[in-house]
Formats: sequence, C-alpha cells, structure tokens
Amino acid sequence: MAFRAMISSHATQQSKWVPSAGVARQMSSWFGHVEPAAKDPILGVTEAFLADPSPDKVNVGVGAYRDDNGKPVVLECVREAERRIAGNLNMEYLPMGGSSHMIEESLKLAYGEDSDFIKDKRIAAVQALSGTGACRLFADFQKRFLPDSQIYIPVPTWANHHNIWRDARVPQNTFHYYHAETKGLDFSSLMEDIKNAPNGSFFLLHACAHNPTGVDPSEEQWREISHLFKSKNHFPFFDMAYQGFASGDPERDAKAIRIFLDDGHLIGCAQSFAKNMGLYGQRAGCLSILCDNEMEAVAVKSQLQQLGRPMYSNPPVHGALIVSTILGDPELKKLWLQEVKGMADRIIGMRTTLRENLEKLGSPLSWEHITNQIGMFCYSGMSPEQVDRLTNEYHIYMTRNGRISMAGVTTGNVGYLANAIHEVTK
Amino acid sequence: MASLAFSSTSASPVALRGRPNKLAIGVAQSGACHVSARGSDRKARLFITRAVAVEKKVSRFEDVAMAPPDPILGVSEAFRACTNESKLNLGVGAYRTEDLQPYVLNVVKKAEKLMLEKGENKEYLPIEGLAAFNKATAELLLGADNHSIQSQRVATVQGLSGTGSLRLAAAFINRYCPNSKVLISSPTWGNHKNIFNDAGVPWSEYRYYDPKTVGLDFEGMIADIKAAPSGSFILLHGCAHNPTGIDPTPEQWTKIADVLEEKGHTPFFDVAYQGFASGSLDEDAFSVRLFVERGFEVFVAQSYSKNLGLYSERIGAINVICSSSGVANRVKSQLKRLARPMYSNPPVHGARIVANVVGDPNLFSEWKAEMEEMAGRIKNVRKRLYDNLSQKDKSGKDWSFILRQIGMFSYTGLNTSQSENMTNKWHVYMTKDGRISLAGLSLAKCDYLADAIIDSYHNVN
Repeated sequence: MAFRAMISSHATQQSKWVPSAGVARQMSSWFGHVEPAAKDPILGVTEAFLADPSPDKVNVGVGAYRDDNGKPVVLECVREAERRIAGNLNMEYLPMGGSSHMIEESLKLAYGEDSDFIKDKRIAAVQALSGTGACRLFADFQKRFLPDSQIYIPVPTWANHHNIWRDARVPQNTFHYYHAETKGLDFSSLMEDIKNAPNGSFFLLHACAHNPTGVDPSEEQWREISHLFKSKNHFPFFDMAYQGFASGDPERDAKAIRIFLDDGHLIGCAQSFAKNMGLYGQRAGCLSILCDNEMEAVAVKSQLQQLGRPMYSNPPVHGALIVSTILGDPELKKLWLQEVKGMADRIIGMRTTLRENLEKLGSPLSWEHITNQIGMFCYSGMSPEQVDRLTNEYHIYMTRNGRISMAGVTTGNVGYLANAIHEVTK
Repeated sequence: MASLAFSSTSASPVALRGRPNKLAIGVAQSGACHVSARGSDRKARLFITRAVAVEKKVSRFEDVAMAPPDPILGVSEAFRACTNESKLNLGVGAYRTEDLQPYVLNVVKKAEKLMLEKGENKEYLPIEGLAAFNKATAELLLGADNHSIQSQRVATVQGLSGTGSLRLAAAFINRYCPNSKVLISSPTWGNHKNIFNDAGVPWSEYRYYDPKTVGLDFEGMIADIKAAPSGSFILLHGCAHNPTGIDPTPEQWTKIADVLEEKGHTPFFDVAYQGFASGSLDEDAFSVRLFVERGFEVFVAQSYSKNLGLYSERIGAINVICSSSGVANRVKSQLKRLARPMYSNPPVHGARIVANVVGDPNLFSEWKAEMEEMAGRIKNVRKRLYDNLSQKDKSGKDWSFILRQIGMFSYTGLNTSQSENMTNKWHVYMTKDGRISLAGLSLAKCDYLADAIIDSYHNVN
C-alpha cells in the first residue's frame, strides 16, 4: 500500500476513533497532511464580532446593509415578491443557463432598457451564483477559450477576486488604482499601467462603488480610460455589485458601462443582486458577454452553460424568481427603486455625519475622503495597527486594510465610532 | 470631390478621442475612415463624418464553437416539440405523479409557509452553509447516534445539490491527492465525467452493467477495482444506481468493501436518492453506513433534488467522514476555501426548507410518508410494466430485471437503434442508452409502453 499521509502534528487535540472489536481499523488518515485553511479575512471579522460579549461592539466589517438600528433588512418589494411566488407551481430544474426572465431583466438594468444589443440578441448571458459565481464563470471561460490570456486586477480589490482567477488558473497582474496620499484615484498611474500592458489584455474594472476603497473614476476619467482601452484593444470586464446602491440611481451607476458600450467595446459584465436587492444568501446574479452577433452569442452562451454544468448543473431558482418578479412588475420595480435609493441615501447621510463628527472632535487629519468616496465602503486610510487598536480597545470590527463598511454605521454608533477613530489616529 | 480614405485598425488615441460636442473622426463599419472635402466652398472645408456606427470590434470569442446539446435535457426538448398524442417523456429523472404532473411535496409547501410567516432575513450563509441543515443532513445520512457524528469526525459542507457537492469533493481530491484517480462505473450519470474533467481529476471506469443479464457484472466490477492503483477513489452510487437501477446486494456490498480495504481505496458515494429508492431513508443508507462502520474514510455527496422534490433549489451536501475530529476540521476548512472562489456561500432557501422539514417531528413523519408514496408509485409502475411485458411477449424472454432494478431509472437493455425506434415509431422519448425514467411513467401508459418495448426489442437490430 502506497504511503499516503503522515499523522499530522495537529494530532494533539483529536478525538481518535477507536473501533469496536471485530471491526476493521483505519490506521491513519489519508488527509492527515491537510493543513487548516487560513480564516477568510472578511468573513472572519464577523465571526470575531459575534463572539465578542461587549455591549459597545460595532460591526463595520462585512458589506451587508443594515438599517439605522443596525438590523439586516429585507426589502418590502422582496417580501411582496415572495408572497406572490409562494406556492410556486413546481420546483423543476431551471434550464442550464438559468431563468430567462431574470436574465432579460438583468440585462435591461445593465445595458439599458432599450438597448440595441438586447434587441439584436448579441449578449450571451446566463444566470450566475451572485457576483462570485459570475466572475468565476467568466474566469473559467477565459481560461478555456483564451488560455494564454491574463487578468489585470486593480490594487486594492475585493480579496476574493484574487482567489477566483487563481482557482481558475488564469495568471494575474495588477494595475495601480488607489492613491494612498489623497485617498483617491491614482489616475495617472492607472493610465500608465493601461498603456504599458500588452495590447489585448483583460482588465477587471469595478463599474461603480469600488470595493474596498469607495473611490470611483469621474465620468470624464471613465471616458479617457475607455478611449485608451480602445487604442490598446483591451478587454474590459466589469464587476458590478452595487448598481443602484452607489448613487441611489441604477442608471447613473451604470454610466461607466454605458460609456464603454457607446465607444464600441465588447464588454463582459458580472452583476449581483446581493446588495441592491438585499438578496445576499439567495445567490442571484448574472454573467453577460457582449458578442459580435447573435450566432456568436448563442455559441458563447452554450459554452458558459457547459462550464456551469459540472459546477452546479443549473442555478438556484428562488432568488431568480424574486428578481424577475420585482423587475418585471412596474409597481414592484418602482418600489424597489425607492427602497434602493433609501439605502443609498442613508449611507450617504452617515458619511456626512461621520466626517462632521471627526472634524468637530478637532482631528488634525483630513476626512474629506469619507464623503468623496461612494458606496458601501470607506477606505479610511488607517493602518492595520490602528485597526487592531479599534478592535481591541473599542470593540470595533473591520478589516485590517482600514475598510469601514458604512452600511454598519448608524446614528446610534456614529459618535462612538468617530471618537474611537479620532483616538487611534490623533 | 476629394476624399481621403485611410485604414485605421489601430487609430491613434487623439483621433479617437471624441468630445461629446465636437465632431470626431469616427471609424465606420468597414474599418476605414472617410474624410471628404467639398470643393464647392470657397475655402475647402473638411467635413468630418461623425461615425454613426461605432467601430466594429472583432470579438475575442469569434472562434468559440457551439457546445453540443446536453444528451439528457435534449430529450425533453424533443418531447416538447412532438405533437403526437401518444407521446411519452421517459427522459429526465424528475418525479411525476400518476397524472404525469410535477409534484411539490406537501411538507415543502408547509415548510415554505412557515418560512414566509417567520419572515427570516436573507443574510449570507457562512461558506459552509446553514448549520441546522448541515447537522440534519449528516444525521439523516449516518444516523444521529453514529459514532462518527458523536466523535465529530464528519466534515459537512452544504453544496449546490449533488453536482456542486461532487465538484467540491473533486476539487479537494485534485488539490490534496493530486496523484490519485477516481474510478467510475460503466455506465454512470453523464455529468460525473464532466465534473472530474473540469476539476482536473483523472478517472477510469470499472465494469458495472452486464448487458447479457441486464444486471450487475459483479466479477468484472471486483476485478477492475482490484486492478486500480492503491489509494484510488471509487465512486459508488449509494442506492438506485443511475442510469441502470441496478444495485449490489448487501452481500455484494460487503465483498466490495473487502476489496477497497485490501487495496487501500477510498469510497466516494453519490447519494442522490436516499429514501427514494426503497421508500426508507435508513434502508437506502445501508451501503454508506456499512463502509463507515468498517472504518473507512468516506466521501459522500448528497442531494435533496429528488427525495424532497427541491430540484431547482440546488440543495445538497458534501460529507467527509475522517479518522479523527482534527482531520475533519482541517478538511472542512479546505472545502470552504475551495467553495469561496466558486460561489462564496451557498443559497439559503433550499437549506431552510430541509432544516424545517427535518427539524419538525410532524413534518419529518409526513415527509417519510410522502417519500414512501413516491417510491411506492414507482414500484407499482414497475410491477405493472413487468406484468404487461410478460403477458404480451410470447418469446419467453425474462423481463424480471425490471422488478429487480430499483429507483427512478430502468436500463431496459435496448440498444441505440432500438431506443431510436422507441422514439421515432412510438413517440417514447428516452436516452439512447436504453434508460427509461419510471418517474415519468403512469400505470395507464404501461400497456402502451410494453408494446413499444416488445416491438423495439424483437423487430429492430
């Protein structure tokens, strides 16, 4: 028998199974060599928060929206949609590409209600497992059909982007994005990197409300990026996880994508309904790739389905039904638009309040960036050591890169938060 | 009129920079730029045509070929297109009532109603899924008092039904046992190969189906498993083998376990039909529990698509029964690390349904009763089909394999041409390997089907 695994040094605290007499004995595990995985940096924060008994604790770690009482929110339009779909006729498998109704509505949101690309059926689109699943499908597709390509990823970005393209075995490069000094966009370096990348490179772009910095290019900057992309023949892949959630207006939040479309780019786009519809755990999203023509779109879609089949066969129905019910009904859609604006407005309000509080406390630092940045997150500029102090001394939980989830800030805790930040940064 | 045309496949950025309010040199669809000057003006004026059609980019994915249609789902499509009144869909394995309608279990409706009333939030599940579901699913599989559960040796991660759970396990094998291969039965569910291919796990087949007996080629199976390199993973169907419906007997399972032990192989169970095969959850878990009792480390993928009718909710789990709790913890952490870049965390709805059904004693009893009913209907249909075939077929052929097979599917023993005859002449839609889904058959249609099978078997080569 080939020797497969050694007894791990982690053996100290195991309960080792002892067989009863007459039963065969497993001498050692095949998997003793498996190391424990490091905790996920983002989700690990919530775990730590939950374990903290302090009554003052504040969770500004994970990016899930909270109301002003710090409670998770299920949108009214979602509740209504669920009432309507309750007693759903059957739970038969969706087609491999997912719910066609949901896909249709998702595309209208991203590409425009009257988009010619939709009319001309030039978009290959499949329902995906939220934003993660959409990015992963694209990465796998990229690997299979353009095996020599790489992906350029902004610095910083959502940590899981690196995991996704790595597990898809697509080599990664980075491009400059965040400017630590100004806590804004490092536009000149960004353009430099785009220029220096080999022609035809693949770039990952955050369509709006960049995660984790909250720093977005201006409209004019997007236009320049788009033009440079054209001359370099780069491929733009948009991760749009916050449409509607950034400015409160979905059309406005899709501006970057529309600029690129107008300029003639053939884009790819990952959409998520986790935040803007509050459907986090339902895993509702969409992957789309704009093609030359209908025939190509059909072929590309068939290949995306082929990639999904050995991952999960077909996507989950419940979230998709909620999305299509809401977006397909004018009344419900109107309600949704109001509710998403409400969420965005609350966050914008909290940004203003946090900044004002810090300024009132007499902080010597500039906190402009809190209101300049947009979306769920604020890149505070704090160091890991300062973050650790916030956690250890003040029971404030956030990721060590200094990212504050503004969705976790309430009128109840903003004063406490401002004070703590002031204390560790003065 | 002078006109200048120049090609601009890579026009300079300056030329292309379009300010919204100024005319720009655009690139027309043909890829050429046109700049025309009217000679009729006193000063030659250049009218720069603003591109109405923007530059037509050549797609990077032009060479992407059309993927072949799915062999199983394609059958349903063909069925839908057929207009003949006698048509019968025995393709995809989704349960139908006697009226050939899809079936949402009563307990599922009740559970969903409960969930609607509770109005729970829709927050992200942890990467490993809903804790209540994970506990329930492991206990359902192994029995709550199983030693492996009591001693915390079971790593359970909620997965995207059977497919997703298999894929997680395959990805784990690829990463942590890179020199190992998987052995799959010949035949097996079509997607198994895709899963291992895409996960980068090498596989080969072991003999399983014997066309001569329309039964299990037990000797071939044992020989092939014995011949595999030590430490291989052997993919076994826990019950109700798909596509044949042929399961080993308890005695045969014991001998299979002997060979795996001898060769140091790891059993990898696909359990998609627990409760659906015999009607009893415990009975259907016999094979898995046998191996666990014998002291193996075991992989088990579960699905609730069929037994709870939750097909499209994509709810299942991957369980790894390990030799110690320490190993189980570490294995679980690595399964999570594989899941995170696939979909971050699994969908909540199906998990809650299962947890609610299993967690409520009344609902749980009701579920067991409904499952017995579904399995019972299929057994009745098998009996009726067998009776019809035996009565009508004067050749003396032994059709009793239909009674011996179990679960949703039956391998009829029809070859490709014969299966095609079933469709072309009799409008019976099935897969070309001779598999029929009894879940799509009603008592009322058994007579017709028997005629079709007899005709195809005897009159077509």
